[in-house]
Amino acid sequence: MRRVLCETLVEHAGDAGLVFLTGDLGFMALEPLRDVLGERFINAGVAEQNMISVAAGLAMSGLSPWVYSIAPFIYARAFEQIRNDVCMHDLPVKFVGNGGGYGYGVMGATHHALEDYGVILTLENMHVLVPAFASDVSTMTRRLLGFPHPVYLRLGRCEKPKDLVLPDYAPWRRLLSGGGCVMVIVGPLAGPIIGALGNLEERVRPNVWVLTELPLENSTVPDEFVQDLQQSGHLFVVEEHVSQGGVGQMLPHYLLTRGISFRKFSHKCALGYVSSLYGSQVFHRKECGLDPAGIISELEV
Amino acid sequence: MEAVSEIIRKAKARLLKMHYESGVGHIGGNLSALDLLVYLHHHVLNENDVFVLSKGHSVGALYITLWSLGKLRDEDLRRFHGEGTKLSGHPAPNWLPEIRCATGSLGHGLPLSAGLALGKNLKSEPGRIFCLMSDGEWNEGSNWEAVIFAVQNRLERLTFIVDCNELQGFGTTKEVADLEPLIEKFRSFKLHVEEIDGHSIEEIAEAFSKDVPGPRAVIAHTVKGHGVSFMENKLESHYLPVSAEQYEQALEEINGS
Repeated sequence: MRRVLCETLVEHAGDAGLVFLTGDLGFMALEPLRDVLGERFINAGVAEQNMISVAAGLAMSGLSPWVYSIAPFIYARAFEQIRNDVCMHDLPVKFVGNGGGYGYGVMGATHHALEDYGVILTLENMHVLVPAFASDVSTMTRRLLGFPHPVYLRLGRCEKPKDLVLPDYAPWRRLLSGGGCVMVIVGPLAGPIIGALGNLEERVRPNVWVLTELPLENSTVPDEFVQDLQQSGHLFVVEEHVSQGGVGQMLPHYLLTRGISFRKFSHKCALGYVSSLYGSQVFHRKECGLDPAGIISELEV
Repeated sequence: MEAVSEIIRKAKARLLKMHYESGVGHIGGNLSALDLLVYLHHHVLNENDVFVLSKGHSVGALYITLWSLGKLRDEDLRRFHGEGTKLSGHPAPNWLPEIRCATGSLGHGLPLSAGLALGKNLKSEPGRIFCLMSDGEWNEGSNWEAVIFAVQNRLERLTFIVDCNELQGFGTTKEVADLEPLIEKFRSFKLHVEEIDGHSIEEIAEAFSKDVPGPRAVIAHTVKGHGVSFMENKLESHYLPVSAEQYEQALEEINGS
């Protein structure tokens, strides 16, 4: 996903307002962007608080800054700078957090982003994008170039099954139909799970929707999704994010306050460090039951 | 043209009135910064320049300065700290062109100013950035990050002024986190640095008459509560409002000085 972001920004390097700041990261990834942007590519050093306030100052000057780092070094390290300097002024700063969820795997807990969109969505004017597939990144990046508000872009790894044909990009996309529950998967976790659910018998096979934009109020929940839910009565949210502040909390609130009810709710989410041991992203997902087998075991198979 | 000293005298009296009527404190830091604020706004800043008040708790002095320029009215000042006001105790965002940044949490103004200065460079726009800071806020690491960044990126049009009144939230700067000699620390970062008396109009005028390429630090030695004997160098003047008797005495001292 990072490569696609870089390629798309390189294509738009001619946009005079585009400025890219990195917190001293991007080796063997961002060099093409650095080379085309010249003085508008700024390595701000290992100083994220300053980098984000600088980005706010650039945005106040009428520029369109992108800020890049490993996800927690942005939303956790410099939260107050995001809150005061960017969001209170509603400035068009694009925050790119690489390694959503357990993306940095065995690099360890300090590099994981398990509470990012929950935390950052508490801020006024903030928007969040969680691309599920590499192709989403180019669509989103183009859209963000002229976007007038703060945005957090949570990058992960594209895990799209080879034979999966994606519908046109939308914040809500139905990737699988069936007679089972209505499953909402946030971001790239949809890839490995969808690949395993397709072979289930129709009776238990979920209607799988992938969700990529937050807060929910910013996009219209499709009528088809509501119809699926009314037919099934079972809502199942899957996300690589802790329960607090996650879509598992947002979505029921969103639906219930609009009079859309359901009889059963399931939620699989990040559980931190279950065994206190560390490993790959796949290892951590499995410990949380976010792997395909863990998800299937929750279904009424 | 009215002399700066007379503008400052009127501004101090109006500042005291505003604080007395609203019953709020933060007077000491306002009085230490007021001479600098008035001089900068009346004689230094032009239409291309940007001013950032990093020590947001001295916004009272900024409101009064803007009043002295006719940008705020008496009617506005009467709403200071009131219900349903824009004149909150620290600068609010998005309402007045002269107040670009909502500040109050310390350690934000200088990095924001660095971004504004970089923006002018990248856009090849004219103008300078002036940022007024407190001395206590140099406890914040983000300011040191900003100094490193400003020097590295040669932000020549950035000037920050440190209002060194030597008192911070719960003690003197020496007691809490002694950063002296601050001038040597700044020099070691390769900033252009100078020291002035922050209440001497001559020294302020001299410092800001020079076209010195930055990033530049002006250490302004000031007195918290300047001009009011019972407030000068008193930590209480950071927090406490004035009584009717104190208000009368303060006015006498300011008008008599």
